[in-house]
Amino acid sequence: MTEYAALIPVNVITGFLGSGKTTLLQKLLASPQLRDTAVLVNEFGEVGLDHHLLENVAEGTLLLDNGCLCCALRGDLQESLRDLFSRRERGEIPRFQRVVIETSGLADPVPIAYTVLAEPVIQHHFRLGNIVTTIDTVNGQAQLDHNSESIKQAAVADRLILTKTDIASVGQVNALRTQLRRLNAGAVMIDAGAEDLDPVQILTNDTYDQESRSREVGRWLQDEELNSGLTEHKHGLHAHDEIYSFCVSYDVPFDWTAFGVWMTMLLNRRGDKVLRIKGLLNVAGVATPVLINGVQHIVHPPVHLDHWPDIDRQSRIIFIVQGLSQQRIEASLSAFNALANPVPLSGVPAVGPAQAASETVVSRP
Amino acid sequence: MCSLCGMLGGRGHWTETATNADAFQGRAESHTRHRERQDRTRLVNKVLKHYGLSLTDWAATSFVLRSHTGQTRLVSNLSEMWAAAESLGRRDCDPLDEDLLTALSENLVRR
Repeated sequence: MTEYAALIPVNVITGFLGSGKTTLLQKLLASPQLRDTAVLVNEFGEVGLDHHLLENVAEGTLLLDNGCLCCALRGDLQESLRDLFSRRERGEIPRFQRVVIETSGLADPVPIAYTVLAEPVIQHHFRLGNIVTTIDTVNGQAQLDHNSESIKQAAVADRLILTKTDIASVGQVNALRTQLRRLNAGAVMIDAGAEDLDPVQILTNDTYDQESRSREVGRWLQDEELNSGLTEHKHGLHAHDEIYSFCVSYDVPFDWTAFGVWMTMLLNRRGDKVLRIKGLLNVAGVATPVLINGVQHIVHPPVHLDHWPDIDRQSRIIFIVQGLSQQRIEASLSAFNALANPVPLSGVPAVGPAQAASETVVSRP
Repeated sequence: MCSLCGMLGGRGHWTETATNADAFQGRAESHTRHRERQDRTRLVNKVLKHYGLSLTDWAATSFVLRSHTGQTRLVSNLSEMWAAAESLGRRDCDPLDEDLLTALSENLVRR
C-alpha cells in the first residue's frame, strides 16, 4: 500500500455563493508550483478558468441506505476521481500531482472529504489535503448568521480566505475575523487580496506533508484564541446548538487503545455534533507525538511528528463542536483513559483533571 | 471508515497501530498486534458491560459482539462495533452519558 503521505493530495475549495472561490482558484493556478494540478468544478461560474486539466462534475450525492448525511458518498466525485486516475495511469492526460475540487456555494464539504478518505478505490490513490473556505468580508457575517452551510464550510476549514477585503470597511473585516476565530480557532486566516498570496501556504502545506507538518501543528497549538484563557464558558453554559471551539490539554500520556475506544464511541453517537477534532497526543510508550485529525465521522490515519514542536509535552486536542459540553467531553475522555490506567484504591486519580486551555464560542443562527 | 456506513475493502482502521505503524514508533517489542487486540477487547468490555453486551476476538480478524440474550454480530473494527452495539442493545451508546461515566468510575474504584 502506498504510504499515506505519498498519495495524491485532494484540496477542497469551498465557500458560500459569490464568495470568490473561482477567483481564488484562478490566482492559485497561475502559480508555477501548481501547474501539475487537475481541477474538478461543480459548476462553471461567471469567472472563467483557463486550465488544461479542468473538468465539470454534475453535483449528486449517493446516500447509502444506512448512511448518515455527512458520510454520504459523492457519487459524482467518486466517478470523476476514479476516471481521472485511470486516465492518468493510461497516459491519456498529464500525470497531475494534485487535485483541486471547487464545490458549489451551497455544498457541504464533509461528504467530499468522506469520499476521498473512505471510498475503497479512491483512498488507495488519493488523500485529503487542506480544506480551503472563502468568506466574503462584506456579506460573510450575515451569511454566517443565516446559513448553516456557511457555518459548516467555515468550521471544517484548514484555511479561511477572506475575500473582497478591499471593498469592506475595517470594522467589517475585524468583526468577521473575530467571529471566524471563535468558530474555528485552529485555521489559518489569509487575506485573498494580499500581494504575497502564497499558494504553497494555502494548498500544499498541510499536516500530511512531511516538510510542513511540524510547522502546521506548531501553528495550531500557538493559536492565540485557543490559548487566551476564555474559560467563562467552560461549565456548560452553551446554548443548545452553539458551535464553538476549545482546546483541552492532558499531562498524563494517553493509552492509545483507550483513546480509540473513546473516540470511535463519541463519533458514532455524536459525530454529527463534532465538526472537527485535531490534536497532538503524547501516547504512552510511543517515542514521538501522534497527530490526530478528524472531520465529523471521518478520521484521517494518524501520523507522527519527528519531534515535539515546543518544550511542552502535554497532549493537546482542539475540538469544534455543536452544542456539546466541554466539561462533559473532558470528563468522559479522562474516564476512558482511566480504564487503561485504573485509579488506585487510595482514590488518587490516575488521570489528572483535564486542563482547559481556553474555549471560544460563537452563536448559531 | 465511517461507523454508520461500514463499507468494506478499505484501508485498515485508524485505531489499529499496525495499520499506521509509522505513527507509533518506539514501542516495546512486547506490544504486538495480538496483545493490542486483547487490550482493546478488555477495555471495550468494561464499557459494554453497562449495556449488557460483550465482545470477543474472532480469529484475530474480526470481533464477535454478544447480547445477554445470545444474539451475536460479527464486526471488523471499533467503529462498526459501536453501531452494532446500539442496534443489538437497542440503546444509544453515548460516551458523554453521565450514568455511563458514573458506572465506569465505580468499577474502577472497586478494583
